Amino acid sequence: MEEVLFFGSALGALGGAVGVIAMRNPFYSVLALIVHLFSLAALFLLLTAAFVAAAQVVVYAGAVMVLYVFVVAYVGGGGESAWEPIPAQRFLAPLLGIALFVELAIAVLSSSLLALGTDGPDVPAGFGDPAAIGRLLLEKFLLPFEASSILLLLAAVGAIVLAGRRREGVGGPSERFAEEEPSSPEAPAIPRSFDEVPSEEGPPTPSPTRGSA
Amino acid sequence: MTSEWFVVLSALLFAAGAVGILIRRSPMVILLCLELMLNAGNLALVAFSRMVGNGQGQVFAVIVMVVAACEVVVGLGLIVAIFRRRLPLNVDDLRELRG
Repeated sequence: MEEVLFFGSALGALGGAVGVIAMRNPFYSVLALIVHLFSLAALFLLLTAAFVAAAQVVVYAGAVMVLYVFVVAYVGGGGESAWEPIPAQRFLAPLLGIALFVELAIAVLSSSLLALGTDGPDVPAGFGDPAAIGRLLLEKFLLPFEASSILLLLAAVGAIVLAGRRREGVGGPSERFAEEEPSSPEAPAIPRSFDEVPSEEGPPTPSPTRGSA
Repeated sequence: MTSEWFVVLSALLFAAGAVGILIRRSPMVILLCLELMLNAGNLALVAFSRMVGNGQGQVFAVIVMVVAACEVVVGLGLIVAIFRRRLPLNVDDLRELRG
């Protein structure tokens, strides 16, 4: 039974990975990655890592993939050009991938990890459940836990700064600052956002591409 | 199933992700292939955690998930910013910073 589950999940994970690489349309790549993530969650369950499997499904297949789907729908799947800066890159890359796999397999299997060929020790009933992981996170790994929370906050702020739109009055502080000084049009214009750099001749004109997106 | 199977599968998935990064041109698909590689690392961490009988590897996997989520958020923000500037979403055309 365990073998059936393992090989089924492994096939799903591999098929998902190949689908991510081979699909022309990025939307289908995202769907293939969702298959891959669910298969990995099944593998985590086989390894008695219940909390990691649940987090995989909820965080990855739930939240992160929804973000991907939204961005793919917003950006759209552009066709990829056939032009290659390195000749025969499409044929050399799989060769390098195969070499990488062989190298990793040799490095792991020829190591002196004697427990690698075993099923692992018998673990208690609560191994890998949320209580055990939570106890580890809050007792032994408290500092990495807090650091990762700060990292998440920084990533959220960075994403808003990068992708946020500052237009039409409801924008950021620089825009409000520019509106409060109508009497000095000769003042050096403040670049309002990442994608609006003033041109050299005079005050910035609203670029024609804005407002249509 | 012994731990070898899981570790070899994780090596295979990692190599697949690396191939994807090398042959694809779209930054979004490259981010997806990065996800593949990070998940392969996660699988190896959880497999070793089971092999040793210690839950700490699973904590590492959870932290890796957090880092992957941050990377995705910032990467997708960059992609949206590139798209807003009407630049081509192709890593071969976005080579201004190349030394």
